[in-house]
Amino acid sequence: MKFTLNEYLPILMFFILSIVLSIVFLMLSFFIGVRRPDSEKLSAYECGFEAFDDSRQQFDVRFYLVAILFVIFDLEVAFLFPWATSLSAIGLFGFWSMMIFLSILTVGFIYEWKKGALEWD
Amino acid sequence: MGFIDTYIIPGAIVLAQLLSIVLPLLIAIAYLTFFERKVIGAIQLRKGPSLVGPFGLLQPFADVLKLMSKETIIPSGANKIIFILAPMITFILSLVSWAVIPFDEGMVLANINLGLLYLLAISSLNVYGVIISGWASNSKYAFLGALRSTAQMISYEISIGLVIITVLICAGSMNLTKIVEAQKNVWFIIPMLPMFLIFFISALAETNRAPFDLPEGESELVAGYFVEYSSIGFAFFFIGEYANMILMSAITSILFLGGWLPPLDIVPFKWIPNLVWFVLKIFLVLFVFLWVRATFPRYRYDQLMRLGWKVFLPISMLWVIITASVKIMFFK
Repeated sequence: MKFTLNEYLPILMFFILSIVLSIVFLMLSFFIGVRRPDSEKLSAYECGFEAFDDSRQQFDVRFYLVAILFVIFDLEVAFLFPWATSLSAIGLFGFWSMMIFLSILTVGFIYEWKKGALEWD
Repeated sequence: MGFIDTYIIPGAIVLAQLLSIVLPLLIAIAYLTFFERKVIGAIQLRKGPSLVGPFGLLQPFADVLKLMSKETIIPSGANKIIFILAPMITFILSLVSWAVIPFDEGMVLANINLGLLYLLAISSLNVYGVIISGWASNSKYAFLGALRSTAQMISYEISIGLVIITVLICAGSMNLTKIVEAQKNVWFIIPMLPMFLIFFISALAETNRAPFDLPEGESELVAGYFVEYSSIGFAFFFIGEYANMILMSAITSILFLGGWLPPLDIVPFKWIPNLVWFVLKIFLVLFVFLWVRATFPRYRYDQLMRLGWKVFLPISMLWVIITASVKIMFFK
């Protein structure tokens, strides 16, 4: 099949339609809803008393670690996509090159497992 | 004349197609909330909503009207613009995925070659709505909920990606119509049952549904990342969650349950239109979503991460290698 940008036009229109829809809903509720703000209502929720401090604070480094691991493995998945589509065309050579790549990745995976990067206690 | 023929008429046709997807989808979302309450009510020997309209059938509309007419509260500590933007992003992304879903042979808005990649890309973008809302709210509960939710969604994104790769190897195309047609002889659920299970469980985690609803965790985090939202902002997150549930069910039925194909290619099954089969399959998967919610207790966070990284990731990676080897050896 030939690649044409025409196929993507409905998707663009879908994006525009959903943006318009969300703005319309937002405006509707803005005009229908009664607005009587006061300081208690507008403060951040924290068990009924005043917030102690700003909520932008330190967080566990493991979330950061998960994000880095995600980047590596998601890149791998993105790399596998064209390979999987054309597997019958590239034959044994293509198959083994990907196996080498995957085995290198597996070594890294075993390393991070043994290092305890995947532990949550 | 030329301008009208080349731009206006095709544009109007596409717009009509768009509306014929979006309107039924919004109604389906409204009735999914109703269906959920009814099913869980039945499982717990209650009635569920039964007062508004006959059998409570007008309940979703009452809910929508109530949410719309509530006061929009923007916390004073919040970053106002992105606070409003986050639920909009969630809502928009939950709609646009439907552009590539084939409902029947040729009944698809954009029959693009990269359909599967498009779906994966949009579902990856869903994280932004969550993390932006958690950050912009400037509330501790929202912040913690967003962190947890993001880590959970990206962890299960990987196993979903690998499962999609195995389907891709079997079908040999990223076009969703071709993937369904590749299942003419046998649905992919039969040779790849473990992958189906991994995909379904990952879909539960990806949509933040029970038993993986830790981001919401109402007993500890109140409501997680959307604790500060009221009115339409809350409704957008709600619609987004339920639209994603329906979308995940649709993807499950396209990848594993043969999409619009009838179970057997013989006469009594062929009388029923293909579209009905597709909707029935979506319904079945959605019912399992709700059934799981009523049955299983919530996971602990360490169990959740262990399941994603130490169980699903190795198994699905191994399965990719096995599928590729089988394909290269026997189906050249």
